Amino acid sequence: MATATRAAYGKLLETELYKNEDIVVLDADLGNATKSIAFKKVAPERYLDMGISEADMMGTAAGLATCGKIPIASTFAIFAAGRAFEQIRNSICYPRLNVKIAATHAGLTVGEDGGSHQAIEDISLMRSLPNMTVINPADAKEAEEAIKAAIQYYGPVYIRLGRAAVPDIHDENYQFNWGKGEVLSEGDDVALVATGIMVAKAMEAAKELAKDGIHARVINIHTIKPLDEELIIETAKKTGHIVTCEEHSVIGGLGSAVAEVLAKNCPTRQDFIGVQDVFGQSGKPAELLEKYGLTVEAIVKAAKN
Amino acid sequence: MANEEAMKRARHLRANIVRMLTKAGSGHPGGSLSIIDILNVLYFEEMNIDPKNPKMEDRDRFVLSKGHAAPALYAVLAEKGYFPEEELWKLRKTGAILQGHPDMKKIPGVDMSTGSLGQGLSAANGMAIAAKLNKKSYRVYAAAGDGEIQEGQIWEAAMSAAHYKLDNLILFVDWNGLQIDGPNDEVMTVAPIDAKFRAFGWNVISINGHDYDAIRGAIAAAKSVKGKPTAIVATTVKGKGVSFMENQVGWHGKAPNEEQCQEALKELEGGEA
Repeated sequence: MATATRAAYGKLLETELYKNEDIVVLDADLGNATKSIAFKKVAPERYLDMGISEADMMGTAAGLATCGKIPIASTFAIFAAGRAFEQIRNSICYPRLNVKIAATHAGLTVGEDGGSHQAIEDISLMRSLPNMTVINPADAKEAEEAIKAAIQYYGPVYIRLGRAAVPDIHDENYQFNWGKGEVLSEGDDVALVATGIMVAKAMEAAKELAKDGIHARVINIHTIKPLDEELIIETAKKTGHIVTCEEHSVIGGLGSAVAEVLAKNCPTRQDFIGVQDVFGQSGKPAELLEKYGLTVEAIVKAAKN
Repeated sequence: MANEEAMKRARHLRANIVRMLTKAGSGHPGGSLSIIDILNVLYFEEMNIDPKNPKMEDRDRFVLSKGHAAPALYAVLAEKGYFPEEELWKLRKTGAILQGHPDMKKIPGVDMSTGSLGQGLSAANGMAIAAKLNKKSYRVYAAAGDGEIQEGQIWEAAMSAAHYKLDNLILFVDWNGLQIDGPNDEVMTVAPIDAKFRAFGWNVISINGHDYDAIRGAIAAAKSVKGKPTAIVATTVKGKGVSFMENQVGWHGKAPNEEQCQEALKELEGGEA
């Protein structure tokens, strides 16, 4: 099965989150795309369409949060982290208000809308903000559990969701551990440290590597901030070679976060699978991932490097 | 309430603004002195608040969207007893609670952190929407600067407030006519402010922002309006109350020195530092 993480978000809103009377969902005229519109069906009085005004949406969410509400602000990642960056910084993170940002359509897999709409720098931007938690789920089940956990947590959380369907890698019993990386397979030769949609690709790459007798440790980093430093250090010591995999620029994202930890604690060889400091373009999601080197083959090659 | 008492307090609040800015060595006197009469009415006559319980759930809220006028808010909050007056003399100093711009995490009585212009009205809208969702009768007051309304987010928020019929929201626009680089008309024309808000679906009342009866009257009128937010467009004098600061662009963001402080205090309180 394959499901988009944004679909999991919409389903969770409609089946469960609406029961929490404190939750208010805001969107900026993209409810049908982000899937937040599902909340309107069940709790119309707590669904606020803010129109095409992301800055105002973030500020309104902040005001709601000061009064004990738990606002979830939804829009595309480029408009959340990009357009409304400073509102998130000054109206949400600076006063550490309890606002959740469900940012969909992250990364290249936006596809046909093209480079203007493909956020490849949002993790970098959000990670640099004090008080912010950054979560990038790998599949629908993880998205569901991560959002539930974010609601339980007090403070700003940026949840990065995707447009395209991604393979389900977690089963019904999956337990989401806030701030903890997930070891998906064991190996000593190399470590594939992946986030978001690249986790499934890293798992596939590990299978390919196994055919050549290379045993890869595969780690899913859903919580990019705070990062599971202990697991990163342990993995570096165990394998001596890290390949980070992300659907994001290689500047400032997971790769950078991992490198920051390693440089300080245990300098380790690292390869960076990600978007190499260029903008995306229009195309089918799978073709774009191919074009920008976000593939199983690229991971395998880096691991063997 | 007798105007005499309010006026006496206004002189004291103005003196404290001048004192704290002098000790801080930096900050914004002009816009603090132009908004202080409105804050004087809000905090001492109008708002349902309890300095002993700053987070009281049903309290009225105030968002100083023009956050650089923080000294005016701090003078009022200290006078109300939210924190000791001594804190005013530590304004802008390392480790002090009184930050250069309002910080709700550090300062009792501050309902929203502001300072980056254009953001406060959206937050005020959120508070007003929360009141409606929670079926609470509290009101939300906000104050924006005239230069501040050049920020696009103000107009996004103006649309939202009208769309969501936030009749529990009152916005004061402190129209002193000057901003850092010069008169509004030279930097970026903001007039007509009243017609703009009216066109955005607001109830608009224009007053002299230093006339206490006019301020009281406008608030009373705004409270009776249903289905619309109210903008009270207050014509004010930048630097009001200190003769050499009045209508002077140069006093937007400059602290007085000791000599200027004494001169200002002489005008305001008869010379006691």
